[in-house]
Amino acid sequence: MTKTSTLSPDTAVLRETVPAGAYWFHKVGAGQIFRIVDLKGNQAADTLFYSAADPAERYSAVDTIREQRNVYLSVGTKLMSTAGNPMLVITADTVGRHDTLGGACSTESNTVRYALEKKTMHACRDSYLLAVTEHEEFGLTKRDITHNINFFMNVPVTPEGGLTFADGLSGPGQYVEMRAEMDVIVLISNCPQLNNPCNAYNPTPIEVVVWDPA
Amino acid sequence: MATGHSEPLYQDRIDGGKHWSLTVKRGMILRLIDIEGGANVGMLFHNPANPLERYNAPDTLKCQHTFKLTAGHCLYSDMGRIFCSIVEDTAGWHDTVCGNSTKALVAERWGAKTYQEFRNDWTQNGHDSFLVEAAKYGLGRRDLAANVNWFSKIATGEDGTLVFDPTAAKPGAHVDLRFEMDTLVLFHTCPHPMNPAAEYPRKPITYQLYQGQPVADDDPCLNSRPENRRGFANNHLHHLHG
Repeated sequence: MTKTSTLSPDTAVLRETVPAGAYWFHKVGAGQIFRIVDLKGNQAADTLFYSAADPAERYSAVDTIREQRNVYLSVGTKLMSTAGNPMLVITADTVGRHDTLGGACSTESNTVRYALEKKTMHACRDSYLLAVTEHEEFGLTKRDITHNINFFMNVPVTPEGGLTFADGLSGPGQYVEMRAEMDVIVLISNCPQLNNPCNAYNPTPIEVVVWDPA
Repeated sequence: MATGHSEPLYQDRIDGGKHWSLTVKRGMILRLIDIEGGANVGMLFHNPANPLERYNAPDTLKCQHTFKLTAGHCLYSDMGRIFCSIVEDTAGWHDTVCGNSTKALVAERWGAKTYQEFRNDWTQNGHDSFLVEAAKYGLGRRDLAANVNWFSKIATGEDGTLVFDPTAAKPGAHVDLRFEMDTLVLFHTCPHPMNPAAEYPRKPITYQLYQGQPVADDDPCLNSRPENRRGFANNHLHHLHG
């Protein structure tokens, strides 16, 4: 399901471009609206959320998909925490489907998925680890790097129990927008993957936009 | 037969709604048996030498292009290594994307039965069970990852809808896990969080330990995907230099 937003970037309180291979690590307050824009199309924004009040409470892929009884994320999806609380709600989405089964790439998983000699190539989990180390104020470590959302990625599940990596449904300028239901810390790795055809082997920038509550 | 028709070196029964943990050595086979049919075994895996290395369901699924777990699949850590291989499976489909029952979920679906009133027939939940077992090793909330739910089949519709399949329950079904590195195993026998049963399902299991055979070059798990051959190569390196 797709739904466009009525919000204009002109009224945003924050607009920031995040290059591929970089991270974005910020607080978003309860009631604020948070948008990620796929500027060039078919990029993957690997995203984690933490409760700002208690970062041990964090986004849970399994609780999210079980509670909505569906593996795909789109408009209306409540992004659930490990404690069973809605952290954010997706309020607009021009793509229609986002993945939360595929996780983030790592140097180690790259060795398994692609080739042993890929082990030194940049990966999302390296960005996550750098982010938590450079921002000790959030109190996060590798223990907190858990199963993320891949905004703009299309990972269809078959009725027979297969998992496929299809071409993305996204395109230049497509976006997904959500409202924070609690104060959250957002950690995005803008995926640097060079081995996956789903981004045409070409990782590109995303834009993050935040609005204050109406 | 992966267990080589040998007798188990150890076995025990765990009633439904309980939890336990153990460290399984490399080369051992852990067999889980769903005695009555309809059991659920929630399970998590950590490297006992570095518990920050833990089971990673997304890596496990994407490395093998699968949504379900069954024979031929390997269970990966977040460090590109294989904790264990599924060398035999008479159930056919195990879930790893639906997480756990919680105190709130159990209370809502089946009613809360307190320990004070019901003693060992209380309605324990999967999440609290993992917290107890994890804490025995100094681990806590932040260390819990997405778990496996052995013997529970959750399929999807064309639109991605999740469906619990109660017809998958088979009395006597078993799954054999061959451990490819020393592994801390946390598990519980609390109901699957999507089990629609009218009463809290309290299904017992047996778990057995066998000495496994060395991994041969024609091993089905090693050869089921080219990715797994690279996973085994990572384990080989792990055992060379830790």
